[in-house]
Order: sequence, then C-alpha cells, then structure tokens
Amino acid sequence: MTTTSAEHQSEPAIVAQGLTRRFGEFTAVDDLALQVPRGQVYGFLGPNGCGKSTTIRMLCGLLTPSAGTVRVLDLDVPRQARALKARIGYMTQTFSLYRDLSVIENLRFVARLYGFDHHRARQRLDTLIAIYRLAELTGQLAGTLSGGQRQRLALAAAVLNEPELLFLDEPTSAVDPQSRRDFWEALFALADAGTTLLVSTHYMDEAERCHRLAILQRGRLMAEGTPQHLKHTLPGVSLLVECATPRRAQQALVGLETVRSCAQIGASLRVLVSDANAEPAIREHLRAAGIDARVATAEANLEDVFVAATHREGQAS
Amino acid sequence: MSRINLRRLFAVMLKEIYQLRRDRLTYAMIVGIPAMQLLLFGYAINLDVRHLPAALIDQAQSAHSRQLSDELQQSQVFDFRIAGHDPAAVNDLLRRGQVKVALVIPSDFERRVAMGTTPYLQLIVDGTDQVVQQTARQVARFPVVDYLRGDPVTPSASPIEVVSYYNPQRQAPLNTVPGLIGAILTLTLVMFTAIALVRERERGNLEFLITTPLSSAELTVGKVLPFIAIGLAQTTLILLLGHWIFDVPVRGGLFDLYLASLVFIIASLALGILLSTLVASQFQAMQAAILTFLPQLLLSGFMFPFEGMPRPAQWLAELLPLTHFVRLARGIMLRDAALGELWVDFAAMALFAGVAMVVATWRVRMRLD
Repeated sequence: MTTTSAEHQSEPAIVAQGLTRRFGEFTAVDDLALQVPRGQVYGFLGPNGCGKSTTIRMLCGLLTPSAGTVRVLDLDVPRQARALKARIGYMTQTFSLYRDLSVIENLRFVARLYGFDHHRARQRLDTLIAIYRLAELTGQLAGTLSGGQRQRLALAAAVLNEPELLFLDEPTSAVDPQSRRDFWEALFALADAGTTLLVSTHYMDEAERCHRLAILQRGRLMAEGTPQHLKHTLPGVSLLVECATPRRAQQALVGLETVRSCAQIGASLRVLVSDANAEPAIREHLRAAGIDARVATAEANLEDVFVAATHREGQAS
Repeated sequence: MSRINLRRLFAVMLKEIYQLRRDRLTYAMIVGIPAMQLLLFGYAINLDVRHLPAALIDQAQSAHSRQLSDELQQSQVFDFRIAGHDPAAVNDLLRRGQVKVALVIPSDFERRVAMGTTPYLQLIVDGTDQVVQQTARQVARFPVVDYLRGDPVTPSASPIEVVSYYNPQRQAPLNTVPGLIGAILTLTLVMFTAIALVRERERGNLEFLITTPLSSAELTVGKVLPFIAIGLAQTTLILLLGHWIFDVPVRGGLFDLYLASLVFIIASLALGILLSTLVASQFQAMQAAILTFLPQLLLSGFMFPFEGMPRPAQWLAELLPLTHFVRLARGIMLRDAALGELWVDFAAMALFAGVAMVVATWRVRMRLD
C-alpha cells in the first residue's frame, strides 16, 4: 500500500473543510478548515479543551463530524475509516497499551492486530526494539516502566504498521525534558522517512519544532502557517521593558488599549502591543508614571503569536 | 456484521490468556468459587430436616407420653432441648428462636387416646420457616394411635405410599449438584466478561484498540473463547468434586452434558459482554452481574420448584438460560435423558446465547460516538 502513495505525494495528507463537532449545546470544533502536507510535522497548538483531541479523533474516523468533509490519505472519513485504520498510527494522550502485559507481549499483540505473520512480526519488532531502545525492557511489564520508557513503547506500537500518517495527541505530557528531546528526535526521523505527523501540544518549544502549525482556540482555527511565517506576520510588536520595578511597570501598562499582554520574565517585562509603532508611546507612558525603564523591540516568539491569536478571540466574545 | 480475521482473533485470545495468567484473583476465582459453592450448597441446602431444636411440654407425664417423646427424639427430626410444663412458655421460646417446634402433650392425653378423640397432641411450629412447617406437618401424619396401641406400623397403614425415583435415598446433593453447575458457571463467567471489557475501557486500552483494524466481532469473540475453556474446566471440576464428595452420578451421556454446558457457557459469557457495554465502571459491572445472577438463581428451579411459582414468574424464568440448563443437567445426569429428548431446552438456551452474542457485538462499537 505504501508503493501507491508515491503518486499522491503532492496531494495533502489531510484535507478538512467546515469540520464541526457539537456535543449537545457545546461546540467542540467549529468550522475548521485544514490542509496538512505530506511528510511534515504538523502541530496543533492550543490550551486544554480547545478541540485538539476532538479534531484528531474526527480525522482518524473515530468520531463522526456534525458537519464538514474530511479526506485523509485520499479516503473519505469516516465512511472509509476501516481502510484508513491500517494506514495510520495513533498515539493516545494517556498510555493505552496493557499495563499487565510485558513490553514484548504488547508489541506482539499489536503486530498480530495488524495482521503480521510470525516472521514479519519478528523482523519488525527487532527493528523497533533497536530504534526505541527497548532491548533491556522486553520482559518487563508495561505498567512498571518509567514515563519516558512507556512513551517509547507507545510510539513503537503506534508506528509498528509503518503508518503513512501518525497522530500524536499530547504525546509528551508525562515525561521529563530529556525524554521529550529524545522523543522529538524520533519524530523527525519518522518525518525524514516520509511519514506525515500530526502532533497536538500545549508546549511552545514543541510547537516551534513543527514544520507547520495550527493554533486552535475554543474549537476554532485562529492562525495557521510555519512558525517563521506566524512570527513575521505577528500583528503588533513585542517589547522588552527593563526596569528596577517590573511589577509597578506592569500595573502601569496593563490598562493601556494597545497592550495585549504583559508577562514578567525575571527582572524584565515582555509586553505585546497591537500597534507596531507603539514603542515611543509606551516609553512616554512609563516615564509619566514615574518609572525609569529601558524599552526595546524584542524578536517575536511563538508565545507572542499564540497570545495574539487567542487574545483576539477573547476580545471578540 | 463485522468481519473476523483469524490472526486478529488469535491476537485478542492470546492477550486475554496472558493477562489471565497474571491475574491471581481471577485465577483464584476460577477454582475457588466452584469448590466453595459446591461444599456450601452440597452441605447447606438440605431440605431433609434433622435435629430441629424443640421444646417438650409434657403435662401428662405418663408412660405413653414418655414413650412418644422418646420415639420422636430417636427419629432425629426433633431434638428436645427444653422440657417444661407450662404451655405459655412456648411463646417466649419460639420468639427468642430457642426452639423451632414445641410438642405439647395435654394432661388428659391418656384419656383422649383411650376415647379415640382427636387431637391428642399439639405441635406448635415456628411458621417463619417454610421447611420447618412442612417437616412438622409430615410428622403430624405419624399414626400415633396405632403406634400407642401397639399395632404394627407398616407402610400400608399409610394411605399414600411415596416412591422416589432417581433419588430414592432422598439425598439433597443429588438434586443440587446438576443445577449447581449452572449456578456456578453463570456466577463466575458473567462476572469475568462483564468486568473484562469495562476494565479495558477504564484503563484506556479501548482507545488504542479502536485505532487499529480490530473489529468488534474479533474483540468480543476473542475475549469469549479463552473463557469457554475455563468454563468447561470448571464444569469438570464440579463434576469430579460432586462425584468424590457427594457420589453424584452422571447417568446420561457425558458428551451430551458437555455440549449443554458449552452452550450455557457461551450464553453466560455473551450476557457478561452485553452487560459490560451497558455499564460505566467495574463496580457497576459487578453489580449488574449480581443483578442478573439473583433472578436466575431464584427462578430457574435450582433452589425452588419451578411448578410452585406463579405464572408470570414462570414466563420470566423461561427467558433465563439457567432455567433451561438446570432442566438439561438434571435430565442428563439423573434421568439418563438424551439431549435429543430435551431439545426444546437446548434450543432455547442456544437462542439466548446467539442473540446475546450478536447484540453484545453490535453494542461494542469500535468508535467513540
């Protein structure tokens, strides 16, 4: 099945239009339009409850959309969900393999589910055990693994069928920073091999690593593009305010109309303003308030993009 | 409905066996519950009452009255623990539960016997216990007058002769064990599968499974198969224990008995899977399992005679697989009946198993909505 995908390489892995999911009165996903190119790491960035998981579940065909169309790997979802399942991998937010089975028993089980015969399963498992450093752990019960080990096992199981498209729902929420770095190395290795990855996260540093990003808020798409593009097109500017009394400066600035957010970072303030030329005005305002401060333009980061994108919504409602 | 791929079916089966191997509690239940229940039911359900605590109020104090009470004591039905003269004391004794029965021999007992007027005696019974009441009534038919006059008491002296087929010694375990196989199987198996799927959902495993090509039929059938083997092993265990401890025979065909057991096992497992699709937690699953167990236990004819139940209860009982299994097991084990002769019960049980399995598989959705 992977041989036929070559001719589709140019077409996006995921195309969704008007994707909507309502749970009773609550709209979890609202009129979402998405295009995920092949072979890239695509990020879903947003706070908890913004509709990331619901969207992923609809894209896998596990949830039926209330409205909208979804095509994943040239299949109509959820109509052809069964055919899709053999070609995708899904790493769930919480560990969902069997804690009372050993590492190797879990992997063998998954291999059989994907219809691998004994010989093929053995080859594939050997490869995975080497890649994801599970050799020492094969006989250990999955329930006794550490967070990082468990995550490597989950990833090995999710990619066992060599999926063309891999969904990862907040995969790093339960692991330490070193494991997170290792994990992302593994994801890039998969992307290099041609796998399309869709990762949801609420970590800025992880979002920064994605080829493309979609910022979600309350089920709606607030911004979309490469991290670079998103930062360059940030509406407004980010200012760094350094002074002896950052908390006082914060109080003085919060009320201003142009100020979108004001976050203290150590001894300085990071101020996001919507007006790109607001720097002199801010400086003046601080002086008037009797605060001696140095104000400089800072390079925009994803946090600024995220705040700008989600703040707009906050004002609108 | 959904396809079955043998390799995937095998995957689920094997996984279930590995998990079972590590699950000590379930392991213990597989062997422990049958052994415990067999001993409990075998010894405790004994409608053949003996040694009822009794009070003797002998106001006559004559040779005949003593002879009579001695005779009753020797019959082992009554155990006269308290002797008194005042019939008013009986009230207290019964209420406190110190005795179940009181025999009152009036002071004019000799005169009444001589005159041939009835009654000679009064048997006061604790009516809260149906079995005690029945036993007392049987004793009351005892031909006292003939006996006291010294006439020989022969079976023909009683107007009705009772002949018991299949269980002439009136051994309770003989009646109990065949039905008990069904009771034990349904109690343990419904519980096992009712928990099995809920546990998978609670632990998040199902969230992973639904993203794989696994179909609901593969999941449910794969889960049921290992438990079929367990059910058959339990059947064997109960039969062996029943044979060794209580001398319960299998007079009919062993193959017929196992075939009936197999279908009953499938019915119970399917019921368990069905329950697990209806509940939200393992605790609820346990409650639901007991909820289905009680009516089966009470209405199936295992504990109380089917014929004694009101019609609506009988109709309800016909819907329950245990009712049919109790009939089949008793027929095959005690009456040497062939399965073909009892095909209606067999078919009813198979129908239940089939419907429950299909509905359960349909209820196990490999989706989230």
